[in-house]
Amino acid sequence: MGNYVFKWNLLWTSPYKDWLIAGIGKTLLIGASAWVIALGVGIVVGMCRHAASRPLRALGTAYVEIFRNIPLLVQLFLWYYAVPPLFGTAFMRMPNLNIYVAIVGLGLYTASRVAEHVRSGLNGVGQGQYWAGLSTGLTHFQLYRYVIIPHSVRLIIPPLTTEFLTIFKNSSLALTIGVLETTGAANRISSFTFQGIEALTAAMVIYLVIGLTVVGLMSIIERRARIPGLYGRE
Amino acid sequence: MSLDLSVIAANWKLLAQGFLVSVQLFVISLTGALVLGIFVGLGRLSSKAWIYYPVTAYVNIMRNIPLVLVIFWVFFILPLFRGTSVSPFVAATIAFMIFEATYFGEIIRAGFQISRGPMLAGLASGLTHWQTIRYILIPIGLRRVLPSLVTQSIVLFQDTTLAYVIGLREFVRTAAAIDARVVRSLELYGFVGFVYLLVCLTASLLLRRLEERGVGHKSLHRDQEFDQTVRPVRGA
Repeated sequence: MGNYVFKWNLLWTSPYKDWLIAGIGKTLLIGASAWVIALGVGIVVGMCRHAASRPLRALGTAYVEIFRNIPLLVQLFLWYYAVPPLFGTAFMRMPNLNIYVAIVGLGLYTASRVAEHVRSGLNGVGQGQYWAGLSTGLTHFQLYRYVIIPHSVRLIIPPLTTEFLTIFKNSSLALTIGVLETTGAANRISSFTFQGIEALTAAMVIYLVIGLTVVGLMSIIERRARIPGLYGRE
Repeated sequence: MSLDLSVIAANWKLLAQGFLVSVQLFVISLTGALVLGIFVGLGRLSSKAWIYYPVTAYVNIMRNIPLVLVIFWVFFILPLFRGTSVSPFVAATIAFMIFEATYFGEIIRAGFQISRGPMLAGLASGLTHWQTIRYILIPIGLRRVLPSLVTQSIVLFQDTTLAYVIGLREFVRTAAAIDARVVRSLELYGFVGFVYLLVCLTASLLLRRLEERGVGHKSLHRDQEFDQTVRPVRGA
């Protein structure tokens, strides 16, 4: 350790500074876009898992088990190396294909986790609410629109916060298919300059800042959405 | 393009070797992470500030950065201390240990943080301090902790694929090396994915079976909303 010379100013000189900034941009882009897919697909799959119809439930379960039990890295490789050839060479030569693949792959993977939270949220509302809603003459649609969904959305905000944090961390796997997001950029700086401590510290701080921002944002949403006196979370 | 599974048959020895490396990586990391995790869990329960705050900082940092970054850290830092390069296997193992220990530690902390009631009841009925720990805290804690520990171990098994990034010849890297030669991505990665699916699904089904039998007694572990399934009423 003795002869390591720190060069912190390396981090704000070109081209390293530009790599890091581009990396942050890609981390945020991949994380946020994948989150949109994860929420959309996750809600649909979660509702399937909750449905009264048996085939729908089986479909939902199959989705969750497959996407949760295959490592994300393997899923990304399948989407990136195995799927594009099926669509022909024009598709394979598409610019920025790896970024799109990272977004879709990460989104579909996270959807399986979101689906489990959606299901437990729907189950967490309690049988009484279903009976009560139906007996007051609500239709099935109204029951969900006015009773079940408003309740369960508030129940699942905390676990979804965790997933939202995880999606930014998991976006680092995009480096394995050649996307230079934050971790990839830091590793590149490290191998170009051998100043790994500075580069990796920078990446660490960036992730911590993203994490704190997400937690802050989500706690604002949670506070705004809270029904006074209904859920005892401080 | 058609599926040609003969690639798997032709390279099964290499693939088996790669899988074995993954398993070794998993077993060693798991052992280390569990041991370290117990200390992390104890540290998080400690009332001494000089233990609690450093451990808490360590846990919070690790849980907020990606595992890949930790692997790069270890792979870069270790040679600086040792003066020579470190094998990817050693680096990956250490990275998994220090990263996963924080997750195991939090599970252990949550499980053993039981209410004072049972402990006080034990003391009141004449058990010694050690006996309350032995007969009350540990049985209750272990039951609450076991299901989550197994789930986290399954996650760790999947996470070992990340050793790929520092060039370790584990299962995925082996498949990638074969793919570079024969260009059969769908078959190779499909096979790798299938093996992981098989192993992890079996493990989680076994866990569910165990839970139903009462290991991790229902009233004692995690949110009950996972256990009771409420279904909408059909046709109103």
